[in-house]
Amino acid sequence: MPVATTNKMTGAKMVMEAFKEERVEVVFGYPGGAVLFIYDEIYKQNYFNHILTRHEQAALHAADGYARASGKVGVAIITSGPGFTNAVTGIATAYTDSVPLVVISGQVPITQIGTDAFQEIDAVGISRPCTKHNYLVKNIKELPRILKEAFYIARSGRPGPVLIDLPKDISATLGEFDYPKDIRLVTYKPTMKGNARQITKLKDAINDSKKPLFYIGGGAVISNAYSEIRELIKLTNIPAIETLMARGICGDTNPLFFGMAGMHGSYASNMAISECDLLISLGARFDDRITGKLSEFAKNAKIAHIDIDPSSISKIVNANYPIVGDLKNVIKELLNILGDYDKTKTKKWLETLESYKKKHHFCYQDSDKILKPQWVIEKIAQMTDANAIISTDVGQHQMWVAQFYKFMQPREFLTSGGLGTMGFGLPAAIGAKIAQKKKYSINISGDGSIMMNIQELITCIQSGIPVINVILNNNYLGMVRQWQTFFYEKRYSNVDLTCQPNFVKLVESFGGIGFEVKTKKEFEKALKEAMNSNKVSLLDVKIDRMESVFPMVPSGGAIYNMMLN
Amino acid sequence: MKKRRIISVTVLNEHSVLSRISGLFAGRGYNIESLTVAPLQNSELSRITIVTSGDEKVFEQIVKQLHKLIPVLSVIEDEDLIEKETILAKIPIDQSISDIDALCKAYNGGIANANDKYIILTITDNPNRIDCFIKAIKQFKPKEIIRSGVIAIEQH
Ligand SMILES: Cc1ncc(C[n+]2csc(CCOP(=O)(O)OP(=O)(O)O)c2C)c(N)n1
Repeated sequence: MPVATTNKMTGAKMVMEAFKEERVEVVFGYPGGAVLFIYDEIYKQNYFNHILTRHEQAALHAADGYARASGKVGVAIITSGPGFTNAVTGIATAYTDSVPLVVISGQVPITQIGTDAFQEIDAVGISRPCTKHNYLVKNIKELPRILKEAFYIARSGRPGPVLIDLPKDISATLGEFDYPKDIRLVTYKPTMKGNARQITKLKDAINDSKKPLFYIGGGAVISNAYSEIRELIKLTNIPAIETLMARGICGDTNPLFFGMAGMHGSYASNMAISECDLLISLGARFDDRITGKLSEFAKNAKIAHIDIDPSSISKIVNANYPIVGDLKNVIKELLNILGDYDKTKTKKWLETLESYKKKHHFCYQDSDKILKPQWVIEKIAQMTDANAIISTDVGQHQMWVAQFYKFMQPREFLTSGGLGTMGFGLPAAIGAKIAQKKKYSINISGDGSIMMNIQELITCIQSGIPVINVILNNNYLGMVRQWQTFFYEKRYSNVDLTCQPNFVKLVESFGGIGFEVKTKKEFEKALKEAMNSNKVSLLDVKIDRMESVFPMVPSGGAIYNMMLN
Repeated sequence: MKKRRIISVTVLNEHSVLSRISGLFAGRGYNIESLTVAPLQNSELSRITIVTSGDEKVFEQIVKQLHKLIPVLSVIEDEDLIEKETILAKIPIDQSISDIDALCKAYNGGIANANDKYIILTITDNPNRIDCFIKAIKQFKPKEIIRSGVIAIEQH
């Protein structure tokens, strides 16, 4: 190998330099043959931290959790073949929720690509439908540009994961490292500013409507538009509802906030959608978990849809007022031209919604004999005083958290909304704790979900990341059991989890602390200890086995037809 | 209403760009009737012409999703396109060569080659006329007919 001159370096070193330029502070990953040169450079550098997870899926979720909690780009490195295929679920999870990631995967040497070499897989082919963009690096000369583009594409426009598949020989080849200052992507120019005429039309529509409603989605979090949205709500007196991905935008104590919408949404929010005459989507994408039966969705309303991704607009519901642009910019514009808006005109509409809120709010039958999951969640909110980032897995516990935790800020709730990935919670909590060191990082999980990435407890130990895990243990794949209860005549096929590990001993064997919790008192004591311990902890909370999530809109039904209890 | 549509996509010539386009169609269940692709002169671009069919909403999504792909420079869905398609056909030598030649001439084509067994003929015309030609050539018992995809260009 030729001796390196000062301005020449290997591909592996270029990756390090690019990370430095992009101010990467943490990388999650798992080594292997195809990324040995990269890991050798990681060993030599000292500007970022590398967290060794115990599974590539977890490396991706951790990078994802870091990105969601910080608003920055998450970075992960994995090896070729099985390393990459293990990571696919994590990549797809981030893609579906528009999370910015840069993923570097090792690949067999260029000369061996296409030979079915050991640990070869077509990473670019497999990841095409679940990345915003991907690259196979075929020449060292392209690498600096690709690295620069990857970070830019990941974080701009509608964010998403970008994969760089880097053959081993290229990571060892010497080349010139000219990190581009500017991006010259002639084909990629996201629309940031909304069309002024369209925004004026929307303003007029708001003025003309009697029952307007803000329908806020994950795009509001991504564009950091929450203070603008709060201002808009306050200024107009227009009620607002949130999707699962937008929890925290309004602040749950905001009097103009009427709850989460959708399949397990509040009565008031679903009725608000059904009765409003102008539905203004702020970065929400009309997911089927929200709309229910499409022909019945917002039947009386004109639709305004603001989204940075033109392909989202009118994809599912036809928009009367389509506006392509960054939400923060568009709302700022709207605030500028709103002028003498009559704040009092929504009074009657608000009274109606208020009466719906009173009639059916999220509630449960509390008990002193058996722990109710909803009580546990309310208690967590109370005891952490909203100084926590909550991640969840997928199932009933996820919906109870969305319903009963008091979210006051965005980026406090990390959940796999789009793909619905069990196994997301614990690794995401690891990433979140690194992003927000001063907050508690609490993973609220189910006894089914926690098993999907439980090995990451040891990552917490090795890297000193004190994640609190609260397992709402119902000895069931609870959400599936709930569906079987209502729609399959209680044929509980393969959802029984009475055969379980001893979770307390299990977390102890990893080096953390564990608590078995059966009563309210035990819970408060255990959570307090966990919060004070600065160690990874797990609370095995035995909850009422048969508790269901209500309200519930049967899938395919109209959202105003809710099963309320 | 389902309708035949032509989409012309200009893309950067980069690794796996064609599979990105075709993968988008496959992954979303859009159909492709034909697809042609070749580099544009003196540039780093290629032109991909896709014939598809679908209703207005599906079509709108196809166009938006194509725009979303990073290497896509432009998507043209002009109604006012000039289209051309080519066919090659193999006819046994025992058929009437003068009749075949006359038919080809009527379609601006001709005999491309002949050997001891077959005459190979070619024509280039718009897709409707190609359909007519295929019907007409049937009487000469073609052994094989190969049809290219459509290429198209805007009139203005
Ligand atoms: C990887 C993955 N596999 C399967 C599912 C389907 N699924 C959705 S919810 C659920 C049950 C989750 O059970 P648990 O984690 O115990 O949570 P609970 O519903 O009891 O709160 C399952 C199996 C999924 N979402 N993700």
